[in-house]
Amino acid sequence: MDLKELYQEIILDHGKNPRNIGKFENFNKDAEGYNPLCGDKVHIYLKLNENKEIEDISFEGHGCAISMASASIMTELMKDKKNPEVKEILNDFLDMIKQSPELKSQLIKEDEKTKLMSLSGVKQYPMRVKCATIAWHALASAMNYKKDENNSEKFI
Amino acid sequence: MSLKDIKKEFPIFNNKIQNNDLVYLDSANSSQKPQVVVDRIYDFYTKEFSNVGRSIHYLAVAATNLYENTRTLVQKYINAKDKNEIVFTKGATEAINLVANTFGQKYLKEGDEILLTELEHHSNYVPWHYLRKSKGVKIKFAEMDENGDVTLETIEKNITDKTKIIAITHLSNVTGAILPVKEITKLAHSKNIPVLIDGCQGAPHLKLDMQDLDCDFYAISCHKMYGPTGLGILYAKKKWLEELPPYQGGGGMIREVKKEGITFGELPNKYEAGTMATAQVIAFGESIKFINKIGIDNIEKHERELTVYGEEVLRKNNSVKLIGNPKNKGSVLSFTLDGVHPHDIATILDEDGVAIRAGHHCCQILHEKLGLSATARASLGVYNTKEDLDQLNESLNKCKKIFS
Repeated sequence: MDLKELYQEIILDHGKNPRNIGKFENFNKDAEGYNPLCGDKVHIYLKLNENKEIEDISFEGHGCAISMASASIMTELMKDKKNPEVKEILNDFLDMIKQSPELKSQLIKEDEKTKLMSLSGVKQYPMRVKCATIAWHALASAMNYKKDENNSEKFI
Repeated sequence: MSLKDIKKEFPIFNNKIQNNDLVYLDSANSSQKPQVVVDRIYDFYTKEFSNVGRSIHYLAVAATNLYENTRTLVQKYINAKDKNEIVFTKGATEAINLVANTFGQKYLKEGDEILLTELEHHSNYVPWHYLRKSKGVKIKFAEMDENGDVTLETIEKNITDKTKIIAITHLSNVTGAILPVKEITKLAHSKNIPVLIDGCQGAPHLKLDMQDLDCDFYAISCHKMYGPTGLGILYAKKKWLEELPPYQGGGGMIREVKKEGITFGELPNKYEAGTMATAQVIAFGESIKFINKIGIDNIEKHERELTVYGEEVLRKNNSVKLIGNPKNKGSVLSFTLDGVHPHDIATILDEDGVAIRAGHHCCQILHEKLGLSATARASLGVYNTKEDLDQLNESLNKCKKIFS
């Protein structure tokens, strides 16, 4: 595993200049992700309309380049996505970070896949997987997703 | 034994770690093990194994003697008055839990105060926290100053007539501050307050003398002292071990068990319920002998020189900010690097075989005070060299380059 694979340009860019950062006023859902190992925090804010569509999304937090980049890329991707899609993409991403070699969901465009796959380097660093997933887990709790009883890695 | 070739005594340094020579700078977390300790575990299991303190066959008697030999070695090493003041536990964490639990049960009541410091590791805060709920006690934290120190005056200021015990670290695992534990103990005793010292970082690096220090309790982590994991030591003055109730119940700690009631065993068995970490205790005897062969004075001197050198090197690096500048400092170098999160530092350093710790080091109260969620920490052991610290600095420059 090469460090360059972990710290790709795209990660360094989003890590240093995260998009969608800061709380916005009219959010109606929020949740915090926390990594007890390092004390890193990511707070997700959502504006979810009646159609269960994410009209706006942002995050606040502090953490390493991986966790900040992951939160930044996630918020870019999830904006304007509707509920069942959000869950499908979330599960697909978590599956890719933990085991699957690729993203399977048809809902993710090729350029978005490239961005998400830039985070796949953490697979080689088990202690850093949590860094890449902290924002995604916070999103799941903001959306009130529950864990699958038969598969704790999956949200239903 | 000379310090010059000491790395050779530690087999881990014979191996490449991801194609690199290992630069191990995480000894405050856990130390590496010398060959003699590793061999002792192997020999015990292959040639001498038996449970101790129960059966009377040959192996059991021999193993019991070996086990008790370590108790005597520890007693001498820390200059305790009595060998029965040495209690083996599963770690320093259990040693502190033992005191918090039994002392709390017997002596604490609603409104009483426990005085800690802001420097404390979670293992010297969380065990006391339970007494808030069960006994309604209050926990106070003596403040850390801007140097990462806690002074005698600050301790004095926080003592009230409700203070029932003072529990403090000997050496901070983040700022490296060595607290004036002897003076604090003297002050506390003048007010009839017992003192527990968390010696996890003190014991591996500083000369200990329990009779001179006069503290009531001292907790030791053996795996940080070139010894095996799963083992800690509680030193406690005999009067406390006699007065306090037992901690855990089980085999080995009783005198007589009847349906109507139970009487408990003598010291030290009273606090050693169940089958103990026998091989670890016996192997830890080799750790003490190893330290004695080098001489703790030589270890202190070596680590002090390295700490000063490490501080010099890191101070020259403009992007590095050292955390803590205490009056007396142990061999801990905590720092931040401009624009790079400690977790990213640790991962990038790892690529060069440089093992450090990143995070809150189980000291969230301290990090909150610093206004940081995490720091990077290089901590030293007997096997470290100036070259290790040069490599640390070189790898930090690589981090800067990646994130520039």
